[in-house]
Amino acid sequence: MSARRYDVVVVGSGAGGGTVAQALATLVREGVRVLVLEQGPRFSAAEFTGREREMAGALYHDSGGFLTADGTMTLAFAHAYGGSTLVYTGTSLPAPERVIRRWAVPGLDHGDLARRCARYLGENNAHLLSPAELNDNNRLFAAGARAAGYVAEQFPVNVRGCKGSSLCNLGCPNDAKQGTNRVQLPAAERSGVEVVTRAEVLRIEADRSLTVRVSEAAPGAKGHPSEWVPGVHQVIARMVIVAAGAIGSPALLLRSSLPLPRALGRGFTCHPALILVAAHPRPITNDVGHPKSYFVDRAADERFVLETCMYFPFTTAKAITGFGDSHAALMRDFTNLQMILLLACDRAVADNRVAVDAAGRPVVHYRFTEETIGGLVAGTRASARIFFGAGAERVLAPFADPPVLDRSASGDIDSRITRRGWLPGTITVSAAHLMGGCAMGRDASDSVTDAWGVVHGLPWLRVADASLFPDGLEINPYVTIMALADRVAEGARRDLAALAD
Amino acid sequence: MARLARARSVFRAIAVTVVPAAAALDDGAWRDLEAIVEDEIAKRPARVQRQILALLRAIDFLPLARYGRRFSALDRARRTRFLHALEHAPVLLLRRGFWGIRTLVLMGYYARPAAATAIGYRADARGWEARR
Repeated sequence: MSARRYDVVVVGSGAGGGTVAQALATLVREGVRVLVLEQGPRFSAAEFTGREREMAGALYHDSGGFLTADGTMTLAFAHAYGGSTLVYTGTSLPAPERVIRRWAVPGLDHGDLARRCARYLGENNAHLLSPAELNDNNRLFAAGARAAGYVAEQFPVNVRGCKGSSLCNLGCPNDAKQGTNRVQLPAAERSGVEVVTRAEVLRIEADRSLTVRVSEAAPGAKGHPSEWVPGVHQVIARMVIVAAGAIGSPALLLRSSLPLPRALGRGFTCHPALILVAAHPRPITNDVGHPKSYFVDRAADERFVLETCMYFPFTTAKAITGFGDSHAALMRDFTNLQMILLLACDRAVADNRVAVDAAGRPVVHYRFTEETIGGLVAGTRASARIFFGAGAERVLAPFADPPVLDRSASGDIDSRITRRGWLPGTITVSAAHLMGGCAMGRDASDSVTDAWGVVHGLPWLRVADASLFPDGLEINPYVTIMALADRVAEGARRDLAALAD
Repeated sequence: MARLARARSVFRAIAVTVVPAAAALDDGAWRDLEAIVEDEIAKRPARVQRQILALLRAIDFLPLARYGRRFSALDRARRTRFLHALEHAPVLLLRRGFWGIRTLVLMGYYARPAAATAIGYRADARGWEARR
C-alpha cells in the first residue's frame, strides 16, 4: 500500500475542521498540501427530505440515539461534510466572558476569542430575524417569559434566505444555514484544500502516519461517493490536526499508539437536555418558521438555559414522559404544542469521560451530578412558569407525578416539580452540545493540549474542536469552536515550517 | 419480520398499551409499523437484538406470577399497571429496557407519514410559502 503525503491533515470537517481548512487555505498557494478527511458523506440540499427517520439515519451517528454507557442519555452528533453544522439550528452566540475566565487556561484570553468570534459571526451572516419571520411558538416563549419574570433574549442565527422550513435539525433543504459546508469548506476547496469524504481515520501512529478507511456508499444511500477509492489508505503528514468532535477526537487518540497525557478522554461535558411541551387551547404556528429564536439564560445562577425549539413527531413522542392516554392526548394536540428545550449546564468531572471498547468504538461514561439534576429541576419549573404565562392549558413536567400539569397546578409548581421525580431511565434526556475530552490547560499533568491546541509533548499533533473545552460552555458552542479552531490554525501556520518531514 | 415475528403478539399488546390509537391500525399499517421496528432492531448488534427479544418474552411471561395470565392476555388496565411498574422499576436495567421498547413502539408508530399527518404535523421544505 503506497502512502499519500501531505503537509497538514485535518481530521473532521465540522465547526472546528472546516474553520481550520479555510484558515490554512492561504498556505496552499505557497505549495503546502492540506487534506481534510471527513468520516461522513457530502450531501446535496435536495437530499434533505425532512423525513424524520430517513434523515436521522443518514446524518446522525446511530440515528441520533448514541447511548451513554449506562443507557440514561442519548448523544446527538452528525457525520457529514460540514459535521454537526449540518444539523444545528444556526444559533450564533460568542463565548461568554465569565466562562472563559472560569476555564482559566494559561494563554487563553477572552478578548482574543471575542475578536475571532466576531469575525465568524460576520462571515456566517449571524443576525436577528425580523418579527415577521417569527412563529407563534417563539412569540409565546417571549411573552410567557415576560409574564413569568424572565429575560428572554433573541438569538442571532446564521441563515441566508431562510424559508422557515423548521427542518434545521434534519439538514436545511434550502441551503440557508451558513454552516462550514456552505461557507468555510467550499472556500477552502476553491483555494486548493483537498477534502475527502466517507474517510474514517482509524489510527494515528507516532511516525505521523494515519490509517484511513474509505467506505463505499451503500446501494440507495444518500450522499455522494467518496473522492477516493474505497479501501484502506495510508496517509503521512507533517502535522495532524484532529477535529473529529468531542467524542470522535478523544476516541481516535485513544485508539492510536501515541504517548498521550493521562487526561485524554476525561472531563467530558455536555448540556443534558429535556424537550418540554405544553398544549395551548388553539392551534399555533410551530412546525413552520425558524425553530429557535429566543432563549433565557439562567446558567450563572441556576445552571440552566431555556431555548425555543420545535421537533418532529417521533422525537416529540419520545420526549414526552410516560405512555398511554395522557401521552396520546399531548400528541393529538401537536398543532397546539409549544416547545422549550431545557439545557442543563454541567461541569467537568474526571469520571465523565470518553473511552473506547475493545473494537476501538467510543464509549461515553456519564453520571449526572446533583448540580446537573438541580439545573434540570429548576429549568423544568421555569419552563412550566413560562408555558402557563404564555397561556398553555397543560404542561409536561417530567419530574412531576403524574407528569402533566393543568392550569390549576400553576400555583404549585415548586411543590409538584421536585428532585424526588428524577429517576434515570424514565425520562428521555438527550444532549447535542458535546464538549471536553482533550482539554486545554497548563501541562500534561492537568490537560491534553495547551491554549493553542498543541498536544503536550507532540508538537506535530493538534486538536481543534469542542473537545478542547476544559469545562462546559453554557451556551450553544459552534462559534466558540470556530474561534478556538482559528487559533489552532494560526499556531499551525506559525509552526509548520519548523516541523521536519 | 424474522425477529419480531417470534414475539409479535406481545409486541402488539405492548404497542397498543403505549399508543392506544394503534389498536385501530389495519393490517397494512401494522406491517409499516413493524417494518420500521424490525429495521431498527436489525441495525443493533446481535447481542442487543437478543436482549430485545428476551425482554419482550419476559414482559409476556412476568405477569403470570401476579395475574395468572401472560401480558398479551391481560386487559388494558392490567397491562398499563404492569408497564407502569416496569417503567418505574427499582432496577435501572429494567427501566432502561422498558424505555428502549417504548422508544421502538413510538418510532414505529409516529415515524410513519400517516401518523404524522394524523396529528397535524405539516412541516414542509417550502416553509411559510407552503402555508400561504
